[in-house]
Amino acid sequence: MNLDNTAGLDLKNVNIHYGDFHAVHELSMDFQSREVTALIGPSGCGKSTLLRSLNRMNDLIPSAKTTGEIVFHGKNVYDTDVDPVQVRRWIGMVFQKPNPFPKSIFENVAWGARINGYKGDMEELVVTSIQRVALWDEVKDKLQKPALALSGGQQQRLCIARTIAVQPQIILMDEPTSALDPISTAKIEDLLDELKKSYTIIIVTHNMQQAGRVSDKSAFMLTGVLEEFGTTNEIFFNPKNPKTEAYISGRFG
Amino acid sequence: MSDFHPNEKGRKRTAGLWNVVFLAATLVGVLSLVTLVTSLIDSCFGYVVLQDAYAYSEVSVAPDKALASLTKDELVQTLRTTAEADLTDLTTGRLRLLEMDRPLEVRTEDDLRNLVITEVLKSEIKKSWSLMESLSQAPAITEFQKSRYPDGHLAFRSWLSPEFLTKAQSGGKAESNGLRGAIIGSLWIILIAIVIAFPIGLGSAIYLEEYASDNWLNRLIQTNIYNLAGVPSIIYGMLGLAIFVRLMGPITSGAIFGVQDVNGRTVFSAGLTLGILILPIIIINAQEALKAIPNSLRYSSYGVGATKWQTIWHHVIPASMDRILTGTVFAVSRAIGETAPLVVIGASAFLTLDPSGLFSKFTTLPIQIFTWSQMASPEFRHVAAAAIVVLLVLLLGLNAVAIYFRTGIQKAKDAL
Repeated sequence: MNLDNTAGLDLKNVNIHYGDFHAVHELSMDFQSREVTALIGPSGCGKSTLLRSLNRMNDLIPSAKTTGEIVFHGKNVYDTDVDPVQVRRWIGMVFQKPNPFPKSIFENVAWGARINGYKGDMEELVVTSIQRVALWDEVKDKLQKPALALSGGQQQRLCIARTIAVQPQIILMDEPTSALDPISTAKIEDLLDELKKSYTIIIVTHNMQQAGRVSDKSAFMLTGVLEEFGTTNEIFFNPKNPKTEAYISGRFG
Repeated sequence: MSDFHPNEKGRKRTAGLWNVVFLAATLVGVLSLVTLVTSLIDSCFGYVVLQDAYAYSEVSVAPDKALASLTKDELVQTLRTTAEADLTDLTTGRLRLLEMDRPLEVRTEDDLRNLVITEVLKSEIKKSWSLMESLSQAPAITEFQKSRYPDGHLAFRSWLSPEFLTKAQSGGKAESNGLRGAIIGSLWIILIAIVIAFPIGLGSAIYLEEYASDNWLNRLIQTNIYNLAGVPSIIYGMLGLAIFVRLMGPITSGAIFGVQDVNGRTVFSAGLTLGILILPIIIINAQEALKAIPNSLRYSSYGVGATKWQTIWHHVIPASMDRILTGTVFAVSRAIGETAPLVVIGASAFLTLDPSGLFSKFTTLPIQIFTWSQMASPEFRHVAAAAIVVLLVLLLGLNAVAIYFRTGIQKAKDAL
């Protein structure tokens, strides 16, 4: 893999099963580099499942089985010679509920970089990462304090800082603001605009306004099927699929 | 509205009734604990009648001074002269044995005074009373002593004393027995059991909880571990006897390491047996501790590109260590009170030499309590009670250590 530049993801005929349950059907699409793509759809439509399959996080669920191709830098991440640990290192993830490590704020950001063999100035990396998520002013005096003492919104920004500290190329976000208050949500949305200059961002959200505000492209999923994929403007203002239109206009979901 | 019959009075009455039932249950529990502690303390203290076989005035080098006020030199002289003059049961041969143990000149004054009492005067407890009897029937007890043992004297004795803890066991009278060997034996065996069971138990728990896939083999193993935790301890004793004492005899007796004259009934065998006994408990407790760690912590670690081992080592184990330690102490508490398996593998009921290593013969606190409670002489009742108190204090001490560690870990967590 040539990892010099951030790359997107190409999905070809992706199917995901949990045991007998067919969660995602024959899904093909591509995520462009340096764009925010929103995955939208009602609960249970398979969007979180799809997101977790992109960095092989689904491997941790014993019954999950993914087929098809997810191509990153010309290589299917599910090829047998690909190490899922490396996939997750290049394709970072931010979770629905803020889940910082029960360690210090500093250590939260430094740990991922350290285990990935970061040899540069750790202090500088931690400071830059925290600054990039606009958390610096709030935590600069308490870097050695436990991360769990921060507010939910601060914790989630710290989780994003932790993710970008290992310098991934793609960041997956699974409803990153659903557990947060509106002010924290706004801060993270602002952050996305900044982060997409350097990263490919794929975000699952239940919040239509949020998808409209932050994403360049949107993908609408329903019962495991990709119903429509296009620019966010098209999906929101000129959907071609009547199901998309029904969902956007709030008739179900 | 009319379809609702709130019956508030009736509901409150039922609630009040259950309140009383639960309170009563608690009180019964508290009461039985209080009874236990009271009866222990009752047996630990009380009056005794002491009678000397030989009169102090006849053997002492300074008969006009009381025994308590003799100097060290006078005590040594008393011992020497009585032995040489053959006034009492203390022969010169016996004195030489005592000197071989420790020369009289280097012994402390208290030690020498005790020697005078036990070796020269042959002071013996003729009768003993419990604390309750001593407090309530003091005049009657004094009367009894005066009429039955006019030569003796009455003393208030604490059966639980520093001397009782540090003295070795002796075959003779109840009052000359000590717990040193049993305490050292218990500590040795527990240490071996922990060293064996903790790493194996934690390792198995990590395998079963973090690595093992959900197949029939692993489910079978899991079920068996649950069942093993419930197996009566005497069966572990049989296992220990068959495997550690008999089959592995050359190893557990130390024969292959050049230790002589010992069979497999050693500290080592006992520690291994108790280690196996507490292994399933440690595994189950550690598994519960690992289960209590939310998956979100594991995911956050995987999410930054950590391997499984990094996730377990850096996050899962530290986060669950307080619970794992609590479970381990729980298991150790069980082990320290175990008697049956140790009887089966052959604890020594009578042991004057302290266990000094892996291949020593052993006795433990519960074994001593068991042995003494079987004795015919009523004085052993007091000794057994005192030993029980020591065992309980040791257990409380262990729990205190665990709490100290847990709060320490919690503080370390909070400080991060």
